Amino acid sequence: MVFLHHTGRAAAWAHMQAASPPHPEELVLKAGIFPSLGPSTHSHLSFPQPGPITEMDGAVATDFFTVLSTGHRFTEDQWLNVQAFSMLRAWLLHSGPEGLGTLDTDDRSEQEGSTLSVISATSSSAGRLLPPRERLREVAFEYCQRLIEQSNRRALRKGDSDLQKACLVEAVLVLDVLCRQDPSFLYRSLSCLKALHGRVRGDPASVRVLLPLARFFLSHGEAAAVDSEAVYQHLFTRIPLEQFHSPMLAFEFIQFCRDNLHLFGGHLGTLRLSFPNLFKFLAWNSPPLTSEFVALLPALVDAGTALEMLHALLDLPCLTAVLDLQLRSLPAPSERPLWDTSLRAPSCLEAFRDPKFQGLFQYLLRPKASGATERLVPLYQLLQPMAGCARVAQCAEAVPTLLQAFFSAVTQVADGALINQLALLLLGRSDSLYPAPGYAARVHSVLSSQFLALCTLKPSLVVELARDLLEFLGSVNGLRSRASLVTSVVWAVGEYLSVAYDRRCTVEQINKFFEALEALLFEVTQCRPSAALPRCPPKVVTALMTTLTKLASRSQDLIPRASLLLSKMRTLTQSPATGSMHGEEGAEAICTRATELLTLLKMPSVAQFVLTPSTEVCSPRYHRDVNTALPLALRTVSRLVEREAGLLPG
Amino acid sequence: MVHAFLIHTLRAPNTEDTGLCRVLYSCVFGAEKSPDDPRPHGAERDRLLRKEQILAVARQVESMCRLQQQASGRPPMDLQPQSSDEQVPLHEAPRGAFRLAAENPFQEPRTVVWLGVLSLGFALVLDAHENLLLAEGTLRLLARLLLDHLRLLAPGTNLLLRADRIEGILTRFLPHGQLLFLNDQFVQGLEKELSAAWPR
Repeated sequence: MVFLHHTGRAAAWAHMQAASPPHPEELVLKAGIFPSLGPSTHSHLSFPQPGPITEMDGAVATDFFTVLSTGHRFTEDQWLNVQAFSMLRAWLLHSGPEGLGTLDTDDRSEQEGSTLSVISATSSSAGRLLPPRERLREVAFEYCQRLIEQSNRRALRKGDSDLQKACLVEAVLVLDVLCRQDPSFLYRSLSCLKALHGRVRGDPASVRVLLPLARFFLSHGEAAAVDSEAVYQHLFTRIPLEQFHSPMLAFEFIQFCRDNLHLFGGHLGTLRLSFPNLFKFLAWNSPPLTSEFVALLPALVDAGTALEMLHALLDLPCLTAVLDLQLRSLPAPSERPLWDTSLRAPSCLEAFRDPKFQGLFQYLLRPKASGATERLVPLYQLLQPMAGCARVAQCAEAVPTLLQAFFSAVTQVADGALINQLALLLLGRSDSLYPAPGYAARVHSVLSSQFLALCTLKPSLVVELARDLLEFLGSVNGLRSRASLVTSVVWAVGEYLSVAYDRRCTVEQINKFFEALEALLFEVTQCRPSAALPRCPPKVVTALMTTLTKLASRSQDLIPRASLLLSKMRTLTQSPATGSMHGEEGAEAICTRATELLTLLKMPSVAQFVLTPSTEVCSPRYHRDVNTALPLALRTVSRLVEREAGLLPG
Repeated sequence: MVHAFLIHTLRAPNTEDTGLCRVLYSCVFGAEKSPDDPRPHGAERDRLLRKEQILAVARQVESMCRLQQQASGRPPMDLQPQSSDEQVPLHEAPRGAFRLAAENPFQEPRTVVWLGVLSLGFALVLDAHENLLLAEGTLRLLARLLLDHLRLLAPGTNLLLRADRIEGILTRFLPHGQLLFLNDQFVQGLEKELSAAWPR
């Protein structure tokens, strides 16, 4: 094949790309991947003398030409060499009949293991006659080994140094494909890759090469008896601590976790315990990584670490602020500062260095799940000046989405006890959140809907946690700031505090809740709004009234008290003061609801039926079944009554 | 394999949103399998679909770039360099990567690698499991070549009229969407060819 000019090259490209798998190795061989020591070895191409081929550090090359070899001018076949290597991985993937993942991990490692024990010293000379596919693999293997050796040289130019790293990544990826297609390559690759791993571990600039290496050890580690645990420890413990600020590494790291979950096997535990470190990537680079984490969370969530993880998610913006402080206090790894240069926070930096708070800061920066929780409330005030920082704000915006993903994952694995603990955590944390602007409101909205979801999942939690809920309702002096959460709790109490959901529900509990809610309603309606306390949403008032009525319908001694309360509420809404407190529509809604509830309470058994329906009434069938539907029955009755009335005189 | 390459406008992060993100150049290398739709597809419909997809990517890149600039506290970008001969330090330019889920906007999940240089954004849309180090390096190289040879940031340059030159660069450095392992020597050689073909 002779390619002499640009258009010819385009044709060659098209030809190469269209080449069907069994034959590309011919092109590869002809393209000079094969030992072509010194200059022009292909005599049928007449080109000017290109000059000696050198390595990237300037030394004269003594082995075959690769993409990491340089010289004065390049020949056509050297150009083909570059192109062929660029396409090599795709060729190998398409030419392998086994494809990826046809053998499951156990079978594959068995096969690899038996192959390893049987393999005798294989001569690696390419002159040996092999069938085409095998020849391609052999050539690819030698090329990769050469690249790994060449990457060890110190490149004279920066661009070449970057290329060396890209070549390392590619070489490892190609070796991974080769070992999957033909396990006999495994023993030959291992020593070289282990040496590479040792070299790359200590070099922060080559950190991205660690990821394909880790993947290689994940795929083949068992057969090769590699201590992959040590590899993962280093990967998950050191790297995120030191390099969380690099956006490309962060993305690749999380992608590595996502794409290789099926290979983790026994190491999934290490991954799960390392979530605090993974969260550092997320805290620093939240916009691109939020969707990645939403996909990854189901794998990270574990019943044992769920509570710690929820705390960590709620404190994520705080972590962002602390990482910024950490970067400010360490010597800068590059010339350009990595922290937010528009913000000066001298008091925060001082606090970061203060020995009094070291324990808390170190807890937040911990690399692994510690099993214990620390209350970080002292840090919130200290770090408040950083709340306006853009990066912290971006993180704060991502947290609600992450919380939703967390809850949908944790409810799959949580047992009754964990659900109770999660509910308590929700309530407990709702008033201690990092003071980023708008953060508390958004988090409360998520927490309130998740609390309801937990109650729907396990209705008996209301009875089991009765004491804690009472405490919560009694301590809500910041009602207005947690209105959505309070509404949810009140509604849940009204809905689930009954014998129908938990036999252990006692009349005493109902009475206690009634009193607590009555006090809360009183407080809410008596307090005047001021500049400091925004007005209480009418929804809270109507929820309280409805729940009180529900409780009264279950413990009928309370009905007189409830009726009194409701008529007081009705009177109150008609006064002008309430109009200003809740707005016109709000006052009207409260009045209407109070009237409806009062009417219901006049017929206690109806009240019970409507407000505490038994489970079969709740099923849709009751309303949709043509023969038993309540609306149909009501319509029939009212028509009969009308007809009767029509027959009466007058 | 690179599925697409695009150049688009980047607006300064802290200024008001006047105008929309515009795609100045795009080149799609692969063809997507068309979704299961029994109706025959016109070429026009496919072209419009591709345009929509590219615009969606450009908008996402713009917002990622803006968020990154804000997060690092950089002052609003000076949209034009001091002099058109000034070397733009590409190694410090904002850059990043993110994943696109399946069906959103491309059928297959894809990865986007992007680079922001003053008022222009460059992006490569890649298959899901590409060598990102190589992609990043290639994108930086393309950006440098385009900025140098087309003087893209000089006032008065109309990018939209230079499509043939951009294609010339892409054909050599990213032929048919294939990422190449080019060391400095090869880059220099190809650049010489480029200068010979398109005298400034």
